[in-house]
Order: sequence, then C-alpha cells, then structure tokens
Amino acid sequence: MTPLQIVFLLVAAITLFSAVMVVSIRGMMHAALFLVLTLMGVAFMFATLGSRFFAIIQILVYIGSIAILIIFAVMLTRNIMDAEVASLNRGWWFFAPLALLIFASIVLVLSSWSAFATLRDLSSTSGENILEFGKALTDPNGFVIPFEVASVLLVAAMVGAVYIAMERRGGRG
Amino acid sequence: MIPLSWYLIVAAGLFVVGIFGVLTRKNLIGILMGVELMLNAVNINLLAFWSYLYPQSLSGLTFVAVVFVAAAAEAAVGLALIISIYRRRTTVNAEEINLLRG
Amino acid sequence: MQTATLVWLIPLPPALAFFLIAIFTYRKRALSHWLALIGAGLSWLFSMVVFFRAIRSTDLGEHPLVASIPWLPLGEGWLRIGIHVDPLTVVTLFFVAWTVLMIFIYSVGYHNFGQPQGDHDIAGLPPHGASVQDALGQVHIVPSVEPMYSRFFAFIALFAFGMFTLVVTDNLLVLYMAWEIMGLCSYLLIGFWYARPSARDAAVKAFMTTRVGDMFMLLGLAALYSLTGTLSYREILSNEVVLETLAQAASPLLGLSWAGLIGLLLFAGTIGKSAQFPLHVWLPDAMEGPTPVSAMIHAATMVSAGIYLAARFFPLLSAGWLPGESLTPPMFWMAAIGSFTALFAATIAVAQNDIKRVLAYSTISQLGYMVAALGVGAYTAAVFHLVTHAFFKALLFLGSGSVIHGMEHGVLHSGEKIDPQDMMNMGGLRKKMPVTFWSFAAGGLALSGFPLISSGFWSKDEILSGAFGGGYIVIFVLLASAALLTAFYTMRQVTLTFLGAPRTLSANHAVESRRVMTLPLLVLSVFAIALGWVGIPDHFPGLGGVIPNWFGEFVGEMAAAHGPESYSLTPLFTSIAVSIGGLLLGWWTYRKVEAGDKDPLERGLGVLFRILRNKYYMDELYHFIFVRPTQWLAETFTSRWIDRVLLDGIVEGIGKLAFGLGRIFSRWIDLPIITGAGDRLSEGLRDLGGRMRQMQSGKVQQYLILTTLFTFMLGAVLFYLFILA
Repeated sequence: MTPLQIVFLLVAAITLFSAVMVVSIRGMMHAALFLVLTLMGVAFMFATLGSRFFAIIQILVYIGSIAILIIFAVMLTRNIMDAEVASLNRGWWFFAPLALLIFASIVLVLSSWSAFATLRDLSSTSGENILEFGKALTDPNGFVIPFEVASVLLVAAMVGAVYIAMERRGGRG
Repeated sequence: MIPLSWYLIVAAGLFVVGIFGVLTRKNLIGILMGVELMLNAVNINLLAFWSYLYPQSLSGLTFVAVVFVAAAAEAAVGLALIISIYRRRTTVNAEEINLLRG
Repeated sequence: MQTATLVWLIPLPPALAFFLIAIFTYRKRALSHWLALIGAGLSWLFSMVVFFRAIRSTDLGEHPLVASIPWLPLGEGWLRIGIHVDPLTVVTLFFVAWTVLMIFIYSVGYHNFGQPQGDHDIAGLPPHGASVQDALGQVHIVPSVEPMYSRFFAFIALFAFGMFTLVVTDNLLVLYMAWEIMGLCSYLLIGFWYARPSARDAAVKAFMTTRVGDMFMLLGLAALYSLTGTLSYREILSNEVVLETLAQAASPLLGLSWAGLIGLLLFAGTIGKSAQFPLHVWLPDAMEGPTPVSAMIHAATMVSAGIYLAARFFPLLSAGWLPGESLTPPMFWMAAIGSFTALFAATIAVAQNDIKRVLAYSTISQLGYMVAALGVGAYTAAVFHLVTHAFFKALLFLGSGSVIHGMEHGVLHSGEKIDPQDMMNMGGLRKKMPVTFWSFAAGGLALSGFPLISSGFWSKDEILSGAFGGGYIVIFVLLASAALLTAFYTMRQVTLTFLGAPRTLSANHAVESRRVMTLPLLVLSVFAIALGWVGIPDHFPGLGGVIPNWFGEFVGEMAAAHGPESYSLTPLFTSIAVSIGGLLLGWWTYRKVEAGDKDPLERGLGVLFRILRNKYYMDELYHFIFVRPTQWLAETFTSRWIDRVLLDGIVEGIGKLAFGLGRIFSRWIDLPIITGAGDRLSEGLRDLGGRMRQMQSGKVQQYLILTTLFTFMLGAVLFYLFILA
C-alpha cells in the first residue's frame, strides 16, 4: 500500500459515506452540506487522476455555484417538509437491495473487461495540456461544435430558469 | 499506483447511491441532489478512462466539460422549477405533485 | 524528523481540529476543546522544535530553509507553494505558538467549562448565569457555560491555522489566502454573540474596513506578479537584481518607482490589518467578541500579520534606500502614519472607561510604533517590539478578561445592574484577585516600558533610539510623547481597576478566576518580564555585553545593511523619564477616585476630553462620508433606477417579445396546419391512451422506477447477448 493508495481509500470512503448521507439524512440542509463534502471528494479524485484543471473546475462550479444554488433552494422552501414526515418514500426498503444489485452487476460486468485493472504511474504524468485543450475547444477541426452547443444550452437554460422562476403579476402562464 | 478499477468501483458506488436518492427521496431538492451525484459518478468515469487509456486524446476532456455544462444547466432549471412549484402549491414533496396524472 | 517536514506540519493540526469539531464533535464540549487544545499543542511543539533547531544554525538569514511543491498549473509553468524559514519566520512562530496555546487554554476557563447550563441562555448571546441549589436549599446564581462552546473552539482553531500558514508560507499568494482566512475568522469571532446587534455591526465593520486595505494589497500583489512573474519571497526579496530593477523602473502613478508603488499598496494592506490611521476604526469595536478573541486578534494573530507583512517586505519597501539617506516613499509614509497613529490612539486611550477599549487603543498605538520603526529603518527594533508586544498584550487582554470574569461573578452575586467592563465600577480588585493583579501589573509595566525589568522597555527603547539615531527628530518626539501617554493610561487603568477601595458592591464580591485561566497569565508574565533580556543592545551602559544581544544578531542577519549605527544616551533617558513620569502622573491623578466621581481629567480638559472620549468623532465622520452615500447608492440609485427600471425593463421586454412570437406561431402555423392533422391522429390514439392512462399516476418517481428497472433489464439482456455470447 503506498501512501497515495491509503489516502485514496480514505477519501473514497468519506465520499461514499457522505453520498449515502446526502440521500438518507433527514434535514435537507445537512444533506446539502454533505453534498459539498461528496463533491470535494470527487474533486480530490479528479486531482489524483492528473486533471488538476477539472479538480479546480469541480470546486468552482459544483461547490461554488451548484451547491450554493441548492442551499438557496433549501432555504427558500424551508418549513414545508417538517420533521415528522419521513424523508424517504415507502418503497425505500425495496430500492436499497435493488441499488446494491445494480452496483454488483456493474462491478461484475466491469470486472470481466480486460482493461479493468490497468495500472499506470499517475505521479509521472504532467496533467492535462490545458493550452491544447483550450485551443481544441475553439478549433473548427476540433470541438468547436460541442463547445458552441454547450454554450447555447447554458444560455437557453439560464433564460428558461429566469423565466420560470420569475414572479408574475396577474397569475398568467 | 492506483488501479483503474478503484475509480470505476467508486464511481459505480456513487452512481447507485444517486439512483437510490432519486428514487426514494420525497423532497424534490433531494432528488436533484441525487442527480448531481450521478453526474459526478459519470465524470469520474470519463476522467478515469481518459487518464488511464487515452491520455493523449482530448475528447475525454471535452465530454467532461460538456457534462459540467449540462449539470449546471440542469441545476439551474431544476431549481427554478422547484421554486416555481413551491410558490404555486407550497410543497416540495414529490408524492404530492401529480399534475401529469392521466 | 526533518525540519522542513516539521514546518510543513505546523499549520495542519488546528485545521484538522477545526474540521473534526465542525463536522463530528460539535455536540461534545470536552471533546471539542481537547481537539482544539491538542491541535494548538502539536503546532506549538513543532514550532518549538523548529525554533530550537533554527537558533542553533548559523546563517539562517543568508540561507533560509526553503522547500516547495508544484501546486496550480498556469499557462506556462507552475505556481509553487512551499515553506520559507528565516529568522523572521522563526521568531514570529515562537510568539504565535506560545500566545495561541495560552489563549486556547485560557478559553476553556473563560467560557465556563464545567459549569451548569444557563437557565435561559440562548445561542448567540453571552451566558447569563444559572441558578443552582446548594445542600441547604438556598439558590445561588453561578456563571453558566457558553451555549456555543464547541463552535468557539472550531473558529479559533481555524484562526490559528490561518496565522500559522501565513507565517510559514514562502509566497505572497498563500500569505494573502491565509490573510483572508483570518479576515473571515475575525468576522465570525467578533460576531460570535451574533444576537447582539452591536456585535453584528462590529463584525461587519471589521470585515469591511480590513477589506479596504486588502483591496489595495491585492492590487500590489497583482502588480508584483505581472512585473516579476513570481510571488515567491526568495525570488523577489533575496534577489538584488529584481529589487534594483523595481526600484529604478518608473511606474505610471505619481512619479513613484514600481518598488515605491507596490510598497505603498502592500503597506495599505498593513494599514487595514494592523489598524493604522485611517483604517483603525474596526479594532476597538472588535471588543464585542469574547475576550480570548480580543487577545487572539490583538496579540497573537491578526494585527501581527500586518506588521509581519511589512517586515517581510522590508527589502522591497526600502529598495534603493541606504541608512542616512532620505527615506523611500513607502518608508516615509510608514514613518508618518505609524508615529501619528501611535500618538493619536494613545490620546484616545486616555479617555476610555471600558477596560478592553483602553487596551484596544493601546494596541493601535503600539502597532504604530512598529510601523514607524520599520519606516525609519529600525528593522530589528520593530520585530523585537512585535514579539514583546505580542506577549504582554496577550497577557493584558487575558488579564482584563479575568477581571471582567471576576466582576461578572460579583454582578451575579450582588444583582446590581452595572457594566462589568467599566473601570469606574471597579477598584480595589488587588486583594480580590491577586494573581490577576500581579500578572496584569507585569503586563502593564511592559506596556509602559518600565526600565530594566520589563520587556517593553528594551524594545521601545530600541525604537526610540532608532528614530533618534537616524536623525528623525519629529518622529522621535511623536513617539516619545505617545510613550508618556502610554504610561499614563496604563497606570490610570491599573489604579482604577486594582488599587484603592471597591467602588461598587460587585467589585467587593469579585473573585479570582479559576486556575485554568490564571495559569496562562503566569506563563505570559514570565515572558512579559524576561523576554527583553535577549535583546539588550551591546552599547547599553552597565548591562550591555553582559548578556549577549542574541535577538539583534539573530534577526539582524535579515537586514544586515540597515539599522542605525550610532548610539546616544538621549533616547534612553527620554524613555526612562517618560515611562516613570507617566506612571507617576497616572497614579497621582487617579489615586483617589471615589464611587460616582467624574473622571479627574474631565474636570481638567473639558471639551477636549469629550472629543477624546468620542474618539475624535471618527466613526460619525465615516458614517457621514461613506455609509450614508453607499446606502443612497444601493437603495436609490442601484435598486430603484438601475435594477427596477433598466434591468427589469430589459428582462420583461425579452419576455414579451418571446410571448408575442409564440402567439404569431400559434395563430398562423400551429392552429391551421398542425392541429388540423393532429386532430385526426389524436382521435385514433385516444382509445389507446385511455387504456394506457392507468399507468400514469403523475408521480415522477414511479416513472423513474420503471425507467430504472427497464434500463437495468435491457442492460442485462444486451450484456448476455453481445458480450457473453
């Protein structure tokens, strides 16, 4: 066991534990905070995978904005799900084994794949080449189309979100 | 020296936890959080495949970036919908929202 | 362990303690404070090991211990983070580690650990006291434990993490981050009792005021990076070529050189953080926090950080300056602002009645000394005063906390409705709280620079002789008069608090604090008395050379070429005269203050006293100049005009446009063509739909369940068909 492996296992355990808390804890505010912890764990994994750029982006976008949005939504819709009501619906005892079953089958399927246990010395990599990646995103021979589509999607989502959430006078729409 | 399998297993775990949350949470925001977990699991997978199998290619990174954008858009629209529903019906309980009933 | 590894580890334990307390142990009081104490203790241990290893090495100033790792990828190359240990780091670590540990221990007692829960204490307010029944059935009111006990330890642990990081880091960016972490912590801790409006306001004020300085500092940081391409201390400050170039190159502003401009911008950060005029207003209000926090902010961490920054960047601030020549612009401003602040704050301190507020203004004044010392090039003296001040000011704050604690005890006992922090309500506490008295006296003597047996004397004397020896007579006079006032208000405080007879019932019933609070006081008093002896100048009459001037040699390596060479007896006699004279004057004026008396100074000074009591009306002035216009800008200009009229107009316009387009589509395309065809089809589908509708419950999760199940089964089938087969 190298130190990196130990740290990885530790972080993986924390990540999965807080993920479980996200879906099971009663208070939504706590769930949101555990979501932040999970996202940090994922950012750590990105970093160990050699993608420092996306590790930072994960923190900026997920923790910095999405998690904050969720926390805002939790606060705006407070006092509705009071404590007596169960936080999970009646079918949860059925889905817990189902989820385990799905997990087991995914692992089973993956383990029959030849590249499953690929080893690579990640510490020797220099990370992603951000310069190349940035150029490729705006290169007509590269990924300019996905990039533009994503931008349009984001703008559309923004306009849509503003429109949906806007308070209307007169109760139309 | 972490084997690829570890990342895949963690991602699979995160994914099924997310599914479980989406299927069982009563609170709409809770459902949304489950979706975020699933998207994160996808991203771990994408980056793991990129890093271990195709470190020279840039398509993996592009996918990850697109997933990020999709996640942001999803969160924004989803939360706007939740706020809107809450304003109209003063509930965020998924079991009480059945406008689409046939 | 390797020294470098130890230095890396120094900031970590408090950070770990913070996360553990915040996430896991916040319900368990004892566990929380043990975590914080162990965290601070480990940092202390590492710091001491580093300290003792460092003082044995010979040329740390020339060859600092550095280590770094790549951290953030930039377009070209990496941003590296690392550690940098030179004499300045080492002595700063020394006092930070000691004071932080002492404050942590003291906090356990200050927050009444082990006492019962209060009767009606709520989170966000100081504890009110709990009633307990003794064996005879009588009800007593005793102090109650702080409701947010664990939260406090989490916050100060984070605070300590910020300070340790700031001290050991090797580049300006991490320093800035740690700087901001401390800004956040000071906000959280000053506003710790957030249910009090005054605490909330003070927290916001501290945060906003320091932010003004930080903004300039960030500009300086950006300028430095864009000019040199690095933020590492070693590559900028130890590199003669870089310093030379910066000092020569002209900047676009005010005819300053780049070194001058950057120096002024960085110094603005110091002004904010170390509460120099005109950004000093936040620091007295910071007294709204619990007393250990005041000690933390005023001694161990926050304000020291500002001086540390200025000392750290002294080579840049003084780039192009040689002793005896005219000062560089940053140095000139430091000398001017520092000496002015020293006198200005000292005059205000004379007229304050709140025991902590006096100390707050004395902190501002003493920080002015250090800034002025740096300004006149007395580098060693400034660092020396930074260290001694950290110890005796921590001691004074913790001592005043102990006094307040004792007074609160008396108030609970007597049931009087008085302010336990007002010195006019005290008096005669000498007999009630002997340990607090003697340690407070040691701290007070150090603050007023009592000759020979106090650390403050040695460091202050060096600053004065630095100013005098350099020929800056105006600065020298300003600082000397500030020293006179310092001795005066210190004695005023000691006399009003401890000497004479008790002026209220509560003061009569005050009791000595618990041992967990007095023990840190005793430890700190030892430093307040003895620490000066490591820095006795060689040419001091009688004593010089008997004890080697270890401090001067050790820290002097940092700025070998600087510092005054000549020595004269004038500053020495001045400092002895002002110190003893001020003390005597203070005692003589306040020796006979009875209950209900006015302040004797008020009779003598009249209007001037009222101006001093109201801090020259600076707060009112700022409110008029900054707060009111900002409110107008936010409420009237931005909200009413820009937001409601302009932005709302645009958004609604787009909405209406889209809606209009939709209507056109609907009228001319949708209805005739699509609906017509669709109607036929739909009638056919309606029957089918009628049967399918049983499945449509309208509940999203039931749909999702079906989707998941079918996807899973489909996946299983595909796997079986295509992969296994």
